[in-house]
Amino acid sequence: MRRFLLRRLLWLALTVWALITLSFCLMRAGPGGPSSSERLAPALEADGAALYHLDWPLWRRYFHYLGPLNLDERGLFGDRSRLLGGALCGDLGPSLRQRDFRVDQILAQSLPVSIELSLLALLGAIAVGLPAGILAGLVPRSRADVLLRTLAMLGTVLPNFVIAALLLLVLALWLRVLPVAGYGSARHLVLPAIALGAPFAACIARLARAGLLEALARDHIRTAIAFGLPPWRIVVGHALQSACLPVVSYLGPAAAGVLTGSLVIERIFAIPGAGSQLVGSALAGDYTLALGVTLVYTLLVYTLNTLVDLFYPLLDPRIALEEP
Amino acid sequence: MAPVQTRRLRHGWSLDAEGLDLALAAARRARGTSLASHAWRRLRSDKAAWRSLLFLALLVLASFLAPLLPLPSPMAPRLRSEPQPPVWPWVQPYDERFRPEYWDLHALDAWMVAARVELFGALQSGPWLGTDAQGRDLLSRLVWGSRTSILLALAAALTSLAFGVSYGALAGLAGGRTASLMMRVVDVLCALPFTFVVLFVLVLLHAPRDAALSARFVSREQVLFVAVGAAWWLTMARVVRAQVAALMRSEFVQAARALGARKLRILWMHIVPNVLPVVLVQLALTLPAVVLFEALLSFLGLGIEPPRVSWGLLAADGIEALNPLRIYWWLVLFPALAMGSALLALELLAGGLRGALDTRGHGEVA
Repeated sequence: MRRFLLRRLLWLALTVWALITLSFCLMRAGPGGPSSSERLAPALEADGAALYHLDWPLWRRYFHYLGPLNLDERGLFGDRSRLLGGALCGDLGPSLRQRDFRVDQILAQSLPVSIELSLLALLGAIAVGLPAGILAGLVPRSRADVLLRTLAMLGTVLPNFVIAALLLLVLALWLRVLPVAGYGSARHLVLPAIALGAPFAACIARLARAGLLEALARDHIRTAIAFGLPPWRIVVGHALQSACLPVVSYLGPAAAGVLTGSLVIERIFAIPGAGSQLVGSALAGDYTLALGVTLVYTLLVYTLNTLVDLFYPLLDPRIALEEP
Repeated sequence: MAPVQTRRLRHGWSLDAEGLDLALAAARRARGTSLASHAWRRLRSDKAAWRSLLFLALLVLASFLAPLLPLPSPMAPRLRSEPQPPVWPWVQPYDERFRPEYWDLHALDAWMVAARVELFGALQSGPWLGTDAQGRDLLSRLVWGSRTSILLALAAALTSLAFGVSYGALAGLAGGRTASLMMRVVDVLCALPFTFVVLFVLVLLHAPRDAALSARFVSREQVLFVAVGAAWWLTMARVVRAQVAALMRSEFVQAARALGARKLRILWMHIVPNVLPVVLVQLALTLPAVVLFEALLSFLGLGIEPPRVSWGLLAADGIEALNPLRIYWWLVLFPALAMGSALLALELLAGGLRGALDTRGHGEVA
């Protein structure tokens, strides 16, 4: 267990380091800088250059950005009032385009919004997908099963922005029961959460159905039926646990997928989350902000996957913790 | 089959020399069902998968022959006050401004456009699926837009074939420490949230507005192609490695080795035919993912750039045109239908392929 966690941590550190270093090199190679889009007086330009430390040698900028030691006037080479800094200490530097904001400030404002939306979508997907899948698995090849499977097929096939567009068209513009876009009240989150969660609900339903069908075909279930146990006890007590295994192992990728999907959904519904910030920064050429969001999402996805891997052996004791 | 001369012995049946020759000749003439023909027959019997295959073939054909079809121009705007609904009129006269100057066609496409004018003369289809806010025909834009998706899907398929398969096969054949190191690299790359990294790379290679500068840097589309190629060889490498490693341990490969078969022979006779089904299924799974990814990036305004068309851009246009006063439902519905049906067909085809190529029913190692 401890070895497993340590190994994961090591790989995470390596990944993050590689991401930071590579992007630092690419930032140097890429076009544009903090003031490339405007014409400034030379004095102002020098000011800006000082703010982004463009006058420093390369190695100093790199280690200042990477951390954990702060290398500016207040850090190691200055009066040492603030010794720690850099990406490893959670200080991601100033944003290139949103003046007067630091990347961590922007993230602190926008990330909770994204996480709220993603969590809502994921919980909704589980709450809808799991019962639907179990229902379909209990009555295979019935009319309900066919209907649910068709819906699930549509859900997995349609991209989330198409679902969002259709929902907007019907619920917001035609029937006018829900607001079109924005953020603030619970009603604003309904449409985005449905559009974001629908593909995952469909996938969970399919997995649960397949898992339940497989579980019900096992020998111990046959024995339970032969003993005359009531059907609900067989399903709830014996089949459900193993039917949920594929769903649990899917939750890690699903969480990553929901976070990715929120990029688009936030954009469509004008929700001020981290995904909108990333897309905005990509359109504006804001390197530091984009790197910050990418780093945070890498961290999140990695942590979630590790958590799911930790949780999995609790449900299925046959599986030991091991790096694949 | 010729009757084989046999002679009863004490311990069973045996062949004399002539009979042996006859039997061998008969065995040589006998044709078993090969894996490929078997799979093909199974695929044909799977109705959903077969129809999907036909539909996709039709789609590819239509998108390749798009310049030959009597469609209105997908690029030239016709300024009207608002989008036209489908479908009146059915046919309209050919618009001379088919090709605006900012639309550069390849030689083959230009030739096809000329051929189309010869063929259909002053005739073209009406707005069968309506027009967009700039008066451009939606059906025509959908057909032309499918070219982007197909091209990208092809690029991804080729890279994952060329790079992923060889990487995975090398790792599988090498085994031991080399393989685990090679696969570790793949694991690390897989652990990255891919969409975010691609977005980030797009930021870094963000083409500046300055024309002199932008000549030095790659365009968004090239980045898109590279990113798609870079992403989709990973899973392929994993799948191929697992299969090759399993095959190398299997009894029939060990038997071949024990009989003194050379490495190349084992590779060609035993490994390749058994890896092929897995590769095909993985390819079929890759294609919808690539189409979706392109649509997503174009939708965000980070993929294909106007005036070029793609399905993602059309979906984005549809959402942009949504407003509470007038509902332009066709701008939302038809791109959604096009994308949905193509992705559904790809999904069904992948499922059908997996069923058809499942070698376990054929008496071979899976």
